[in-house]
Amino acid sequence: MGEGSLYLAVVPAYNESETIVAVIEALREGAPRFDTLVIDDGSTDGTARLASGAGARVLRLPFNVGIGGAVQTGFVYAREHGYDFLAQVDGDGQHDSVELERLIATMEEESVDVVCGSRFMTDDHHYPAPISRRTGIHIFAFLLSRIVGMPVSDPTSGFRLYNRRAIELFARDYPHDYPEVEAVLILHRHRLRMRETPVRMYARGGGTSSISTGKSAYYMVKVLLALFVGLARPRVAAVVEGGELAAVGAEHAV
Amino acid sequence: MQARIQLVTILGAAALLLTVLEMVRRRRLTERYALLWLLSAGVLLALAIWSGALASISRAIGVVYPPNALFFIAIGCILLLLLHFSAVVSRLSDQSETLAQRQALLEERLRRHESMNGVLAGDHSADCNASSARAGSGRQPHHQR
Repeated sequence: MGEGSLYLAVVPAYNESETIVAVIEALREGAPRFDTLVIDDGSTDGTARLASGAGARVLRLPFNVGIGGAVQTGFVYAREHGYDFLAQVDGDGQHDSVELERLIATMEEESVDVVCGSRFMTDDHHYPAPISRRTGIHIFAFLLSRIVGMPVSDPTSGFRLYNRRAIELFARDYPHDYPEVEAVLILHRHRLRMRETPVRMYARGGGTSSISTGKSAYYMVKVLLALFVGLARPRVAAVVEGGELAAVGAEHAV
Repeated sequence: MQARIQLVTILGAAALLLTVLEMVRRRRLTERYALLWLLSAGVLLALAIWSGALASISRAIGVVYPPNALFFIAIGCILLLLLHFSAVVSRLSDQSETLAQRQALLEERLRRHESMNGVLAGDHSADCNASSARAGSGRQPHHQR
């Protein structure tokens, strides 16, 4: 993409002291064009101190606001500071920062607004997760694919690249729990284009997932509600300028 | 159960269910706080329609007139919701306290930096800003002139 574009990697982190330094160093090595911004979501284990020690910019939220609110902080920061592209990378070491370049390449080739790294697009994928979690992912994948009218294989993936239009949209309106699923729906309803690209994902490097098995059932119900109600929701105030909206809409309908 | 009271309870529960859904749709209510309402409205609606189940529940808890069992369950739902909201309000007041404290600390830090920059007469103020922002913790020794 254009010379002089500004890239921001947003790393939401809640008690990720075991992995955060490695994630920041991997980003510096593997994706040098990105500035790294860690959103510390009220951690109590010194994540923020370690992150700023490792040379990342750190926003410390005064208490835990949840993954959706934490990531949205990154969108707001990117909007305020004029970043052209934002990548979301988990703080637990699941994502391989080298593959950010692949996301950028896909965004260029397909000229889309969002590229999402999918762990299920390769034939030999091994994703070590509890069965309850995987079942949830596949149910969301099935529903979302029907709703948005194109295959979505990994709707809960938090390894994504957004352009300026998507940044502005999500700085205004980003969902709360399991936000990635509903975000796909919001993109669709605002006629922003998304593509998936295959990526490798690793098992967590340490710490515990913010989503335990008991909670995932609760989140499932909540996200299902959000999906079905979201279908009937009006758009937020137009993010896209009038003329462009019609053009993109027509393009999207193909 | 009499047809009239059954009709009234069905209409009431259905109205509640639709109101909650509409509020979620208009973003007046987030999903997080809608779930308990939906659960309550759903249970009431189901029992209002399925009077057989309501009759066996009322026998089980020793209520002679089944619609009273429905009121009993409705009151239970209301208590549950109120307890939930008390917990939410407690969390919110904790959080707003934390926010107020953080804001006061920030304001003090900003004032200190502003007066420091004033003393430096502006020539190195940009550098000074950058370095103190990077130092971050606010615990670094105060640079006295």
